[in-house]
Amino acid sequence: MEYEAVIGLEVHVQIKTESKIFSGSRAGYGYGPNELVDPVVLGLPGALPVMNKAALDGIIKAGLAFDCSIPDWCKWDRKNYFYPDSPNNYQITQYDQPICEGGEVEIELSGDSRAEMGEHKKIKLARIHLENDVGKLNHFAEDSLVDYNRAFTPLMEIVSEPDMHSGDEAFAFLTSIRQTMIYCGVSDCDMEKGQMRADANISVRPVGETALGSKIELKNLNSITGVKNGIEYEIKRQIRELKKGNSITQATWRWNADLGRTELMREKEDAHDYRYFPDPDLLPVKIDYEWRNRIQSEIPELPFEKQRRFMEEYDLPYTITSVLVPNRTLSEFFEQAAKKDPAKAKAIGNYVTNDLLRELSEAGQSLADCKISPEHLLSLVEAVEKGTITKQIAKDVFVEMFRSGELAGEVIERKGLKPDFDDDQVKVWCQEAIDENPKPVEDFRSGNGKALNALLGQVMKKSRGKANPQSVNQVLRELLN
Amino acid sequence: MSEEQSIDIEKVADLARIALTSQEKSKLSGQLDSILEYINKLNELDTDNVEPTAHPHSVFNVWREDKAEKELPIEEALKNAPKQRQNMIVVPKVVE
Repeated sequence: MEYEAVIGLEVHVQIKTESKIFSGSRAGYGYGPNELVDPVVLGLPGALPVMNKAALDGIIKAGLAFDCSIPDWCKWDRKNYFYPDSPNNYQITQYDQPICEGGEVEIELSGDSRAEMGEHKKIKLARIHLENDVGKLNHFAEDSLVDYNRAFTPLMEIVSEPDMHSGDEAFAFLTSIRQTMIYCGVSDCDMEKGQMRADANISVRPVGETALGSKIELKNLNSITGVKNGIEYEIKRQIRELKKGNSITQATWRWNADLGRTELMREKEDAHDYRYFPDPDLLPVKIDYEWRNRIQSEIPELPFEKQRRFMEEYDLPYTITSVLVPNRTLSEFFEQAAKKDPAKAKAIGNYVTNDLLRELSEAGQSLADCKISPEHLLSLVEAVEKGTITKQIAKDVFVEMFRSGELAGEVIERKGLKPDFDDDQVKVWCQEAIDENPKPVEDFRSGNGKALNALLGQVMKKSRGKANPQSVNQVLRELLN
Repeated sequence: MSEEQSIDIEKVADLARIALTSQEKSKLSGQLDSILEYINKLNELDTDNVEPTAHPHSVFNVWREDKAEKELPIEEALKNAPKQRQNMIVVPKVVE
């Protein structure tokens, strides 16, 4: 029997703010334990929460970016439970009236090769709601230690519908959420810093069956690759169990990345009863037309839209866009140059995604503090197009521009890279190459077109790389025919 | 009030993480049942055309701007902890 998997993801994304969601202590990372706490975070008697406006702006922006509907108002609820990660004994969250409802996330699956765009799909969302993060527990042999620095950091929970069917789709879903949130400036989504965390609900069923099978909740998926690997393992495990004639019991499992397998955490949900009720300490939120509109106007062009436009408007190949677009600053930098002369866009894109990225990474620099400007790129492309320098020499010119900040023309002048010979000299070198290399000449004449490359190489050598390969090629053909 | 609405005192005590003697159980069951009965009076009202109330005051959008303010000094923050180590609060071992 054939089986298919059904997957839903719950993704927690930390909203980038200076202070916490309901109080004024800093929402920071890398501080000493319990340095970022205040009476609200510690749930001290009498302390009252007050909403952070920026957290609300952030989640509305995320909701609009994912095409959610934003209701006219929403409220806060308490989710009650006892666990030392929360000194309040409840989490402030949104139960039945979340701030974002529905929506969808566009994803791209891997193409047949790196040069080809993969299939695009839209994954449905159930909701996105806002809540406070909780403290971090550090487990030791005899006891556990609690650090509340992370508690009350603003967190949005993006809940998908059970709308995915493979580890690859889950991987693409998280990648898309991450890129969109970075583009919108809502979150940095750094999984190593816990700014993005995902749990998966996974079930399998015979193909053709419409009812969902018993689901396993999979936790501890600490990286985007971990999500993919964990889900793939779990799907295989469940299908194996069903094929053996066993049934799947609803339970919580964890992904063990070190051993590359899933492990049972707890069998039966000990009948969670969170006793949700409206939080009397917080006032409901009304979201009017102006507010929604203002946030909508702050949403930048989103990654997939930009990629489609770059391919169309600048005729860029998919490979270049797939390097440019995920990096918002880089793609904006590219466009500043490309806009000035769209006919040069492809060449500019090549220098940005190959030479510029290589030099930046070797120098350990960021785009913002490097010396290359859009003018530099344009001057280089122009020098190549005019035939002043070859593409090969342009690579060296780029490195020099990167180091000195000079424009291409200045580098070419200073280093004497301009051809110091005329067309007649090229002809002389071509004839020499023909006379000195009878074997390739013979091969070429007997129909092996590739043999010309050997002659071309000789001429380039004689010109110390300065001759224009296209015209050398032409001259050689003329002389040999 | 009917029998099936009667409060499940064992469950409530468990959720609240408190241990009750059998005397306390029967005493509190009675008290909670009478509270429920009192609250149940609300069911007599026709609320078909009334919007659910999320908060008794019709005030909305009370918030603060996103500015980091003062934190508690660490010795203040840990003052009430029965036990502490490495500036963290020590709790019994809890592993999920």
